Amino acid sequence: MHALLRLGDDALVLAQRLGEWCGHAPALEEDIALTNIALDLIGQTQSYLSLAGSLDPVAPKTDDELAFLRSENEFKNLLLVEQSNGHFGDTIARQFLFDKYALLRAEHIAQQTFDLDAAAIAAKAVKEIRYHADHSSKWIIRLGDGTSESHSRIQKSINDLWEFTGEMFAADEVDIAGSIAGLLPDLSALKTQWDVEIDSVLAEATLVRPKDGAMKTGGRTGIHTKELGIMLAEMQILPRTHPGASW
Amino acid sequence: MIETQEHLRKEFDAYVAADKKIEPKDWMPDAYRKTLIRQISQHAHSEIVGMLPEGQWITRAPSLQRKAILLAKVQDEAGHGLYLYSAAETLGVDRADLVDDLLSGKAKYSSIFNYPSLTWADIGAIGWLVDGAAIMNQVPLCRCSYGPYARAMTRVCKEESFHQRQGYSIMMQLMKGTDAQKEMAQDALNRWWWPALMMFGPSDSESMHSSQNMKWNIKRFSNDELRQRMVDMTVPQAECIGLKMPDSDLKWNEDKGGHDFGEIDWTEFYDVIAGNGICNKERLEDRNKAHDDGEWVRDAAVAYSEKRNANK
Repeated sequence: MHALLRLGDDALVLAQRLGEWCGHAPALEEDIALTNIALDLIGQTQSYLSLAGSLDPVAPKTDDELAFLRSENEFKNLLLVEQSNGHFGDTIARQFLFDKYALLRAEHIAQQTFDLDAAAIAAKAVKEIRYHADHSSKWIIRLGDGTSESHSRIQKSINDLWEFTGEMFAADEVDIAGSIAGLLPDLSALKTQWDVEIDSVLAEATLVRPKDGAMKTGGRTGIHTKELGIMLAEMQILPRTHPGASW
Repeated sequence: MIETQEHLRKEFDAYVAADKKIEPKDWMPDAYRKTLIRQISQHAHSEIVGMLPEGQWITRAPSLQRKAILLAKVQDEAGHGLYLYSAAETLGVDRADLVDDLLSGKAKYSSIFNYPSLTWADIGAIGWLVDGAAIMNQVPLCRCSYGPYARAMTRVCKEESFHQRQGYSIMMQLMKGTDAQKEMAQDALNRWWWPALMMFGPSDSESMHSSQNMKWNIKRFSNDELRQRMVDMTVPQAECIGLKMPDSDLKWNEDKGGHDFGEIDWTEFYDVIAGNGICNKERLEDRNKAHDDGEWVRDAAVAYSEKRNANK
């Protein structure tokens, strides 16, 4: 259940961030692209959280109950995905770093046989995330190899977000147990593949890969940055204000 | 030469009168071209500005399913904007110039989007009433004499009809809910009903563009005819879910087979058009900010594409 919550929360929190862009993107085509990605992620959220909720040892929960009635410290998403949108380059850098990781992770889950429900969800997600990764990678390259302004902006976006990338590969007991059971990928092997993918796009974008420094973690255990609480206050306002209401 | 013009003109009139489609490369009178550019671009601008009041509720949608539906809906609207701008471009204008006119305040968009979306029920009311009125206006445009516009509208209308149903479904769900939810729904209807009726434009006696557009088969029904249909369609829908129409003059008129209804506040109508609505300023500022903030991104995309082409 913990592993599924992590998958659902990553998707939900990122979708929520992308939803903030609606109507404010640099071009109409990007309004469509960003909302489309958000829509895919909401679909993944519904599937993963429904499955996670059905396995709750105390009492089964719906996807909406998990999304709208949990507190900040019960969310298990990566710190990376909750970071605020910043400018378009910041959003794209966050998306790119996550997409490449999410794709490798979903490819593994789609192929494992420990949890066939999760495999089915991941198989659909793989098709979607391939498009997301293609979209974000192409923008990294365009911005990196575009104008000198876009080059320096996107380089700074990547530098700023780099401290959140370590958490994706910092295996804890949930990851280790999940990996032994077969559900989750081995994160050190995943990191090797992620490095290759990231390096290749950064090179084409004429960007420099930041040095690995101190990495920020905590999201997986419910210790978040201040951004998440503010996001949830907004996201959860209606179900929290009208307990028991249907929408 | 004058004779040729006259001949082309006659051919065009006959063609339109026979209910045939004009295509981009066909000869057309300048006034026809201009009126289409005005109408199609205003329509495109309305889709784009219309994303804002609803987009503000994506982050607060009260369930994952509602969030997904609203995302899909607002995304549809961006899509409508795209292919309406494309339809306008077939008339020899450039999307970037049209957008500049929107951003400078020169071009108009539907006044309805100058009203704020204050509660979740507003998302229901917008879908039900605003998209409902839009469909009423737009279905006849699927038979408009200008081919690219008519074809764009066919697709737009299919999606709008889904939007209207999702709006009504939000209202229906609220009316089945708690007292607070019912109040929310009624309040939204109260605020959106009159502005939705204003979407059909001035009454027939005041309308500037109507008669020529009817002759050209751009417009098929008058503003007042469409407004009447909207009232007749909406009243039973409201009754069905227990909402009260905010119009004390509203009553069924057996003789005309339709409802009589109260007079629109035309002062408010012209005031919002003049730029004094609650959100006129906010909407244009939002669009301008998105445009300005995104300039470096668009510049980068162009620079990148030029580099690639140079290397070919």
